[in-house]
Amino acid sequence: MSVTTDWQKSAYISSQAADARVNVELETEGMTLNIGPQHPATHGTLRIVVRLDGEQVVWADPVPGYMHRGHEKLCEVRKYPQVNTLVNRIDWLGSFANEVPFILAAEQLMGIEAPPRAQYIRTIFFEMSRIANIALFLGDMGVQLGAITPVFYAFRDREHVLNLIESATGGRFHPNYDRVGGLKEDLPKGWIDEAKDVMNRVRRFCDELEQLLVGNEIFQKRTRGIGVITPAVALDYGLSGANLRASGVDWDLRRDSESPLAWKHADWKVWTHPDGDSFARYWVRLQETREAAIIIDQLLDSLPAGPIMAKVPVKIKVPEGEAYVETENPLGAMGFYLVSKGDLSPFRVKIRTPSFNNISICPWLLKGVFVPDIITILASLYFILGDIDR
Amino acid sequence: MGLVPGYVKGLGVTFRTMTRRAVTVQYPRVKEAPAPRARGVIALSTENCTVCMLCARECPVWCIFIEGHNDWEPPRREGGKPKKGFVLDRFDIDYSLCMYCGICVEVCPFDALFWSPEFEYSEANIAELLHDKGRLVDWLQTVPEAPALEVGAQAKKGAK
Amino acid sequence: MLAVDFTTYGWVTALKVGVVLGVIPIGSLIFVYVFLFKMMSHMQSRLGPMEAGPHGMLQPVVEAIKFLQKEDIFPARADRLVFGLAPFVVIVSTFLLYLVIPAGPSLIVEDLDTGIFFALAVSSLSVIGVLMAGWASANKFALIGGLRAAGQLIAYELPLILAVIGVVIQAGSLSLQDIVYAQAGGEIFGFGAIGNPFVLTQIVGFVIFLMAAQAELAQTPFDMPVAESELVAGYMTEYSGFRFLFFFIGEFGTAFAFAGIAATLFLGGWYVPGIEGGLADVVGPLALGGKVMFIGFLIFWIRFTYPRFREDQLQRIAWKVLIPISLLNIVVTGVLKVVF
Repeated sequence: MSVTTDWQKSAYISSQAADARVNVELETEGMTLNIGPQHPATHGTLRIVVRLDGEQVVWADPVPGYMHRGHEKLCEVRKYPQVNTLVNRIDWLGSFANEVPFILAAEQLMGIEAPPRAQYIRTIFFEMSRIANIALFLGDMGVQLGAITPVFYAFRDREHVLNLIESATGGRFHPNYDRVGGLKEDLPKGWIDEAKDVMNRVRRFCDELEQLLVGNEIFQKRTRGIGVITPAVALDYGLSGANLRASGVDWDLRRDSESPLAWKHADWKVWTHPDGDSFARYWVRLQETREAAIIIDQLLDSLPAGPIMAKVPVKIKVPEGEAYVETENPLGAMGFYLVSKGDLSPFRVKIRTPSFNNISICPWLLKGVFVPDIITILASLYFILGDIDR
Repeated sequence: MGLVPGYVKGLGVTFRTMTRRAVTVQYPRVKEAPAPRARGVIALSTENCTVCMLCARECPVWCIFIEGHNDWEPPRREGGKPKKGFVLDRFDIDYSLCMYCGICVEVCPFDALFWSPEFEYSEANIAELLHDKGRLVDWLQTVPEAPALEVGAQAKKGAK
Repeated sequence: MLAVDFTTYGWVTALKVGVVLGVIPIGSLIFVYVFLFKMMSHMQSRLGPMEAGPHGMLQPVVEAIKFLQKEDIFPARADRLVFGLAPFVVIVSTFLLYLVIPAGPSLIVEDLDTGIFFALAVSSLSVIGVLMAGWASANKFALIGGLRAAGQLIAYELPLILAVIGVVIQAGSLSLQDIVYAQAGGEIFGFGAIGNPFVLTQIVGFVIFLMAAQAELAQTPFDMPVAESELVAGYMTEYSGFRFLFFFIGEFGTAFAFAGIAATLFLGGWYVPGIEGGLADVVGPLALGGKVMFIGFLIFWIRFTYPRFREDQLQRIAWKVLIPISLLNIVVTGVLKVVF
């Protein structure tokens, strides 16, 4: 992230473009285009300044920060249960997934282990937030490319997942369900059968999208070979999640890290694609959604009985220490670095968000690309502004 | 199905969806009931409230305003001593600030706050989103029974 | 008694022009309602407008009124004359298209001998309007949209014309009325009951015509000029109020007209087998209307299902795929016409 101010950047751009006579009517050579911060294609207020030569990009620079809410500073002046509420709002589409690394870090410092039933249900909700998040991506990439129908199917089938989350936690988007030591309350009656129904629906949705979008020759023409990221470059820029797996790197924190959550109790596979283009990123996420439904089905079948909460003091005081926990969130690898001095509030929380690193590859990736391909690439990288700016 | 090109299959999907029923619920003529646990509005039971101020302190956005004063309560039995107790004067929740996180409901040690799935209380004037004590007590009527728990859950010790 | 002779050429022409001026908004509003509001909604698993009138039938009228009462905004740096004239150029092009479409044996504004040639020629006038809009808007996005549109519309004029030539060879005339009669009187292998709609023998031409028409109307998958998620609204970005309404009616009015031309060229136009003479003047418009709705259904079904092509892919399809195929179609038609 550059340290120059916005004004300095604008001055640099205008000095570069000065002799190209950046005038609206006449010159298309050296035309500086501002995509955003208000633009239908960016998921929120991301600003990308591109310099075009005709329809090709010569130079691109993403300018985040329009949605900075000061999350990390806020966490220093809130108590742990309050931080849990705020943390929901970072990646607002898959909100439960944000709570988990923070709670795990606090549990690690306090030396508390949540009971197995709680770990299973946490994993189930984690995967459901993955479905909710990626289902929207699957539809949204269609819209960015011009197919206006899949996004409605995405919202329609996402409703069912959100209703499931609401019936258990009370909130559709911001469940605030995870607690240090377990979960807030147990599932209501009939939830397991409903969840199985919804998973069937999710599978049908994935099949529909495969027929409507993935198999479509126009979609393939628009996405194959566009925005190719080689594995070495992907690792250099710190990409994570589906973006990395689509470049062929077999990397998944659910399987590789020592997580207390219940992924090891289910039989599932990690999907990778060798191409590293926009189509690969879409395809990998589609398979991940299906895989999430498989994981949830298996965990629902083998859900252990028991308490939902471990023995935890009422006032959560985390002892002194530092902990870093990273989990495989829907957008990538999200990590919470928690520094505690033994108070009721954390001393410092550093939030490592996946989308911030994902868009850092934009200047490298967007060079030499046509204008419509900018949209394809940005759509396929999939970032959420709350995740970039916090 | 390798013979049918992708173009045609996509057309089939949209055609099939067109022939099926639309999923739109025509609110406000038809209303879908939210889940019983849905966090719509907070209801207050003034009998249980002891003005301990825990909810106001734990609220992340400080949207609860409580005022109380000490007063002599009438003795419980005939001829007994009058007791000192807190009397609740003012209990306001500002729903324009409320994050609907539920920390206040969870933290209350005396079960004075409840969640209700009611959500239709939008106002044209933002000042009217400050619900006072009377209104919060009225919401109690809409609080549903806590749903039964799923198979395998441990029954909670003490109702909440 | 008024001494006005209503059968003079002047009055008849005025009546015809009045009817066309009425048909354009009504036709486009019907298209907008049935396809854009209802069919799109049901394909997306939702209901669409339901409030204005029964099942939202008055919604297009309400939208038209809404646009009319908006402020007429001129961007500060826009070229006022060009900016103001662009929508009118587009709507004039649309209007001229309706002059040659027959709705019955005697229901045609002017039965030109070069009917289809005239229609295709005036349909390309809209390119000028689009360019004017893109340029005069003083907006980079609009400029990009306008230039894309110009390139696309010009590229797809050729397949449009070449696809029609096959029909013209088979019918032996450029006049649209003659083409309808040729389909009415023709026979399929000796079976004359339903005439010979050219969609059967000219299926290749039909498909190419529909694809080229889709591109001429700037509908997905060829809607780069109005790529909503990239350029907001392309060349129409700076327009509001009744000027935007003109563009909108121009788009759907042209769609209605192209569907009418396709129905006339390939599906037999107003001809219903067995109905002749005066009765055809009444049934003809309804039959044509039905065929127009069918073609509209095809156009919009494809619009709502597919993503859009990139500009260079679009051009490649026009020049490297559609034109060679349509040229081949002409050669084959010519040969078969001489042989049989």
